[in-house]
Amino acid sequence: MSSEEKLLEEVTGSEYKYGFYTDIESDKVPAGLSEDVIRIISAKKKEPQWMLDWRLDAFHKFNQMTEPDWANVTYQKPDLQAISFYSAPVQKKKLGSLDEVDPELLKTFEKLGISVDEQKRLTNVAIDVVVDSVSVATTFKKTLAEKGIIFCPISEAIQEHPELVKKYLGTVVPKTDNYYAALNSAVFTDGSFCYIPKGVKCPMELSTYFRINEGGTGQFERTLLIADEESYVSYLEGCTAPSRDENQLHAAVVELIAMDGAEIKYSTVQNWYPGDANGKGGVFNFVTKRGICEKNAKISWTQVETGSAVTWKYPSCILKGENSIGEFYSVAVTNNHQQADTGTKMIHLGKNTKSTIISKGICAGKSNGSYRGLVKIGPRAENARNFSQCDSLLMGSSCGSHTFPYIETQNKSAKVEHEATTSKIGEDQIFYCNQRGIGTEEAIALIVNGYCKDVLNQLPMEFAVEAQKLLAISLEGSVG
Amino acid sequence: MLKINDLHASIEGNEILKGINLEIKPGEVHAIMGPNGSGKSTLSSVVAGREEYEVSKGTIDFEGEDLLDLDPEERAHKGIFLSFQYPIEIPGVSVTNFLKTAINETRKAKGEEAMPANIMLKKMREKMALLEMDKGFLSRSLNEGFSGGEKKRNEIFQMAMLEPKLAILDETDSGLDIDALRIVANGVNKLKSKDNAVLLITHYQRLLDYIVPDYVHVLYNGRIVKSGGKDLALQLEEKGYDWIKEEMAI
Repeated sequence: MSSEEKLLEEVTGSEYKYGFYTDIESDKVPAGLSEDVIRIISAKKKEPQWMLDWRLDAFHKFNQMTEPDWANVTYQKPDLQAISFYSAPVQKKKLGSLDEVDPELLKTFEKLGISVDEQKRLTNVAIDVVVDSVSVATTFKKTLAEKGIIFCPISEAIQEHPELVKKYLGTVVPKTDNYYAALNSAVFTDGSFCYIPKGVKCPMELSTYFRINEGGTGQFERTLLIADEESYVSYLEGCTAPSRDENQLHAAVVELIAMDGAEIKYSTVQNWYPGDANGKGGVFNFVTKRGICEKNAKISWTQVETGSAVTWKYPSCILKGENSIGEFYSVAVTNNHQQADTGTKMIHLGKNTKSTIISKGICAGKSNGSYRGLVKIGPRAENARNFSQCDSLLMGSSCGSHTFPYIETQNKSAKVEHEATTSKIGEDQIFYCNQRGIGTEEAIALIVNGYCKDVLNQLPMEFAVEAQKLLAISLEGSVG
Repeated sequence: MLKINDLHASIEGNEILKGINLEIKPGEVHAIMGPNGSGKSTLSSVVAGREEYEVSKGTIDFEGEDLLDLDPEERAHKGIFLSFQYPIEIPGVSVTNFLKTAINETRKAKGEEAMPANIMLKKMREKMALLEMDKGFLSRSLNEGFSGGEKKRNEIFQMAMLEPKLAILDETDSGLDIDALRIVANGVNKLKSKDNAVLLITHYQRLLDYIVPDYVHVLYNGRIVKSGGKDLALQLEEKGYDWIKEEMAI
C-alpha cells in the first residue's frame, strides 16, 4: 500500500456519531407483512375507511410486483416477514405541548443537535420530528396557522384535512410506481404533510427530522407537500439511526405538487447509519421522490447524502406546465462499503421547460457510487433545455464511481447538454495545504467542500454549515 | 536559523542529495543555482517535509529543533514557507478562504485566537497593493485558470500574509515576464528584515539582479560544490557550469 493510500485510509476511516440507541418504551406490532398488519396499522391510526381501502389496494398490487435489480448495487434482499412495520415510542396521551414529550426523547434530540424548544431556537425553522413510525413533535404550528399554512404529521392530516390528502396522495407517485413505492403505500405510518395556500410565502424553513430508533423495524414515511398557486416554501429533512448489526429498511415516498407559479425548494441531509467499516449493518435507503410542476412553477431538489449502506434514490421533476423549471443539486458521499445509485429524472412535457442537474459524487474506502439520470423531452416540449454536470471525486484506489446518463428526446427543438469529469484528491493538493500550515484532515475537508461548493450554496445558510461539517465527519474520522 | 548537515535523501531508491551542508542565519539571502537535475527542487521539498523523499542520513536543524521529526504542517507553523515551482489548483476554494484557513490553523497551532475578519481583510488589501494585484483575485478559485505569472504572484502574496521566518522560493522567476518579475522581487525585498531569511532557488542570474543574495551556492549532482558571494552568479551566467565541473574535476 502506498503512503498516500495509507494516509487516505487513516483519514477516511471514521465512526458514526449518531449510533446511539434511546431506551424508551415502544409499541411495536409483531414482525411480518400481511393484510392483517395493514389493518392493525390503520386501526392504530384511527384512519377512515377510504384510507384503509387505499392501503389494501396498494398491498394487493405490491403482491404482484417483484423487487427490481437494475441498480448498480448488490445486497441481500430484506426479508419483509422479519420486519416490524409499526413501532411507536409510547406516550400516555396526545401531546398538548412540548413539555409533555418523554424526557428520554428530548435527550435524544439534544444528542442529535436539534432543539425542539421553540423559546430557545435562534434560527427560523419549524420542525416536525418522526421517530420510528410516528411524529412526536411539531413546532411553530401556531405561527404557521396564522398564514393558513398547514404543517403537521400526515396521520393528522388524514384526520383533519382528508379532502386535501384524498385529492393529492398518490397523484405524483402512483401506488404501482415501483416495488418500494407500492410497499410504502400499503404500510406507511407517518411523515409530514404541508400545504401552502395561494400566494403565501412561507415565512420560515419547514423541517422534518427522521429517526429510526427501534431494532427490527423499518421506516416507511410518506411526505406530501402542496404549494398552491404563486406560493413559496423551503423544506428540509434530516435523518439518522442507531448503529446496528442488522440492515434496516427505509422505504419512503415524497410527493411534491407545485401549482401555477409556485416554488418549492426541497433539501435533504441524509445521514442514516452507513454500517460499520467492514460493511456490516446499515440502513437500506430505497426512496421515491418526485414532484410535479404546473405552469411557471419551479421545484428544486438539493441533497447531501452521506449515510446508508445502500442508497437507491432519484428525486425527479415532471415539468408539465409551460415555462416550468426543475433543478437537482446533489452531493453523494460513499465510504467504507457503502453503495449508492442515485440521480434524477427530468421529464420535460411542457413548452420552454428548463432543467439543471449538478451531481457531485465522492467515493472513498471500498465504496461504490453511481450517478443515474434521465433527461426526457416529450414531443410537445418545444424549446426544452437541459444542462447536466456530473462530477466524481475519488479518494484512494479501492473505490468505484460510475455514471449512467440516459437522454431521450422526441422534440427537435430541444437542447440537452451533458458534462462529466472524474478527479482524484492528489497528494500534491494535500501537500500544498500542509505546507501552508493546514493539517491533512482539514485539507481534505477544504478540498471536498470546494468541490461541492455549487451544491452546498443551494442549501439554506444554517443547513449548509451543518452539511459541511457532516461531509468532514463522514470523510475524516474527526469524531467528537 | 537553518542548519543542514550532511543531508542525504532519495526518492524511489535513487539518491538525489548526497551530503548537503548549508547554514542560513537570520537576515541573510542565499541563492542556490545549478543545472537541471542537480537536486535543487529536491532540497526544497525535503526541507518542507514532502513525504515521498526518504532521508537516509544527516540532519536539518531549524532554530534548535530537528525538522525531520515534524510533519509538513508543523514545519509551516514554525515559520517555513515554500513558494512552489508549480502551484497547485484547488477548484472551488477561493484565495480568501484558503488563506483564512492557513492563517487560522497556524494561529491555532500556536495557541492563538483566530484572526478577526476585519484585520485579515485589511492585511490582505495592504499586501495586494504591495504586489500590485487586482481585488477580484481574492474570490477566484485557488490557482484555477491562473496564468503562470498570476500563480507566482499568488505564492508571494501568501508568503506576505503568512510572514514566515524562512521563505524558500523555488524557481519563482520562471514564467514571469520582466514587469512581473520586478513586482514580485520588489515584494520580496520589502518583506525582508533582519529576523527572517530567504533561500532562492533559480536557474538564472536575472532574478538576482533584483533580489541580491549574500551568498550563492552551486548545487551539482547532489552536493554543494562551490559557494561564494553574488559575483559567483555573474560568473555562472557568463561561463555556464562546465568550468566548475572542470575546476572540481568531476
